[in-house]
Amino acid sequence: MATVGGPQIAREALWSFDLAEQTVRELNQSLHSGPPVHAGGGVVIHNPGGRHAVAVGLDAAYEVEIEGHVGYYCAGMNKLATVRVRGNCGVGVAENMMSGVVVVEGSASQSAGASARGGLLVIHGDASARCGISLKGADIVVRGSVGHMSAFMAQRGALVVCGDAGDSLGDSLYEARLYVRGSVAGLGADCIEKEMRSEHVAQVGELLTRAGIDDVGPGEFRRYGSARRLYNFHVDNLGAY
Amino acid sequence: MAAPAGSGSTNGGWHPGLHESATFDRGVIAEIQRAAREGMYDIRGFGAKRRVPHFDDLLFLGASVSRYPLEGYREKCATDVVIGTRFAREPVRLDIPITIAGMSFGALSGQAKEALGRGATEVGTSTTTGDGGMTPEEREHSSVLVYQLLPSRYGMNPDDLRRADAIEVVVGQGAKPGGGGMLLGHKISDRVAEMRDLPRGIDQRSACRHPDWTGPDDLEIKIEELREITDWRIPIYVKVGASRTYYDVALAVKAGADAIVLDGMQGGTAATQDVFIEHVGIPILAAIPQAVESLMELDMHRKVQLIVSGGIRTGADVAKALALGADAVSIGTAALIALGDNAPAFDAEYRSIGSAAGFYDDYQAGLDPAGISTQDPELAARLDPVEGGRRLANYLRTLTLEAQTLARACGKSHLHNLEPEDLVALTIEAAAMARVPLAGTSWIPGLVAPGA
Repeated sequence: MATVGGPQIAREALWSFDLAEQTVRELNQSLHSGPPVHAGGGVVIHNPGGRHAVAVGLDAAYEVEIEGHVGYYCAGMNKLATVRVRGNCGVGVAENMMSGVVVVEGSASQSAGASARGGLLVIHGDASARCGISLKGADIVVRGSVGHMSAFMAQRGALVVCGDAGDSLGDSLYEARLYVRGSVAGLGADCIEKEMRSEHVAQVGELLTRAGIDDVGPGEFRRYGSARRLYNFHVDNLGAY
Repeated sequence: MAAPAGSGSTNGGWHPGLHESATFDRGVIAEIQRAAREGMYDIRGFGAKRRVPHFDDLLFLGASVSRYPLEGYREKCATDVVIGTRFAREPVRLDIPITIAGMSFGALSGQAKEALGRGATEVGTSTTTGDGGMTPEEREHSSVLVYQLLPSRYGMNPDDLRRADAIEVVVGQGAKPGGGGMLLGHKISDRVAEMRDLPRGIDQRSACRHPDWTGPDDLEIKIEELREITDWRIPIYVKVGASRTYYDVALAVKAGADAIVLDGMQGGTAATQDVFIEHVGIPILAAIPQAVESLMELDMHRKVQLIVSGGIRTGADVAKALALGADAVSIGTAALIALGDNAPAFDAEYRSIGSAAGFYDDYQAGLDPAGISTQDPELAARLDPVEGGRRLANYLRTLTLEAQTLARACGKSHLHNLEPEDLVALTIEAAAMARVPLAGTSWIPGLVAPGA
């Protein structure tokens, strides 16, 4: 599988937008109904200026490059497209992503990859609280650290954290797999450390490779998952809630 | 859960020496005994069962010398409604102002969801998905389908979003404002599990907060994102459980909602703690005037449409809700009853599982003899979606005819022309909540007259 740090798009092939001149509405409408010649082609977005909902609801294999910081929900509900943010992201980057790849070169605010169901989210900086909340099948790789309540109620998919994790990691976790290389401030309800077997090392290795991170070894991570004690409500577990 | 009053032998041996406590009546005593035995709160479906001030406490003032009535059966009384005129390029156009509330595939069988779609479509109104996503069956059989965006995001995907005719951002529901959802493990079939990205058979707890926004400022940005994804084509509703309605409505309008869905405490649920159902939220009667006041102050009444629910049963309820200022109503529990829920034909089976026809509320259990609130294939097969849809359509037509009858009597050529001035209250409580005068007086408790 190709890594996200692969070859850059030929600049002359780019379909260019400037959000200092154009609206987010014009941008998204173009990407939703753009001529087929651009599907699979390159798109560059200049001067995002922290705007919200940039490049949301994409449904084609665009290669999008965003030259700066974005606000909330960048690449929300992404399908097929590869979106690279050369800056920081606000809340909910790649929320409910279905497929494709979203790369944040800076840091991401809260709820990065919330309820994402497929694809890969890579954050080269840090991610704030609730990274991977309600994760439903996507994979998330964070080069830095994640804030508290990350992977809250995460159901499926993997969260790989090369740095540290904040408090209450994996609270009320379902079947998602969590890998943390650094320290964990605290585990949430029903989240426990589990044995890092060879298939887990292989999974982390593959995700790091796809994320283009080659200076971290997959064997350096610890694995956390659900104890599955709270899967069916029982009064004896009351203290855990 | 409670045994039906008058059934069995509980009343059979009554004599004047038996003095039942009003505070510790038999139902209370049974619940204390159950709690002591099981160590667990009671979880059930249905809505609040306690008596609260309701539309029954209001009456219409028919036309007389001071007002002209319209001729029943002859003069037109229109019923259509358009929802989402504020921002959407394609607002929802309905023939009647009675919609079907959000109920999930998972809580309900696939056949029940299909029947709801068939019935609603037959009379030109909308139905709504629920927690767990959109099924192809309900999309196929619903001419107008509202797609809910819930905190759990189970099954949420942009293709269904684009297939929807409207989006409903669910903040809360009347049965449990401030609470999340619950689907107990025995109702998680393979298909339900797959749609929700969860293992089969585990209790599915839906969050009470959305994963990627908190507060009204975030909600505004969330709505902007949904509009961008759907190219500003379809309306976006915001659903709230009735509690601090005046403020919630104002904030939802400020956040950019096209429509407000307001669900009173009598609104149904598939599975919630009894203590939550009965003790949180306010009656829809008390909530509608707050919502209308909020909309009017913002100059948004009739511009942001108000859809109300929670205990709508008759055309009189529909007409009274509209007279108080709603643009449409929504039904859930009543729609299930129309499909066949609590039907007398199943009485023996209801009794075999500890209930009786007319009392059944264990929607969480998945054992519904009527085949509606179940994922058991054999039980679910009992409901013929075509027959069920026909019954629902009949019921919706009856509600509409009843509402038209009352509106004509008040001299109104459209249901939306009904107004608070057409109403009086039977009780002081209802007068205060609905903000209409106590019958035979000009007294609206709590209303301070100008200059007073």
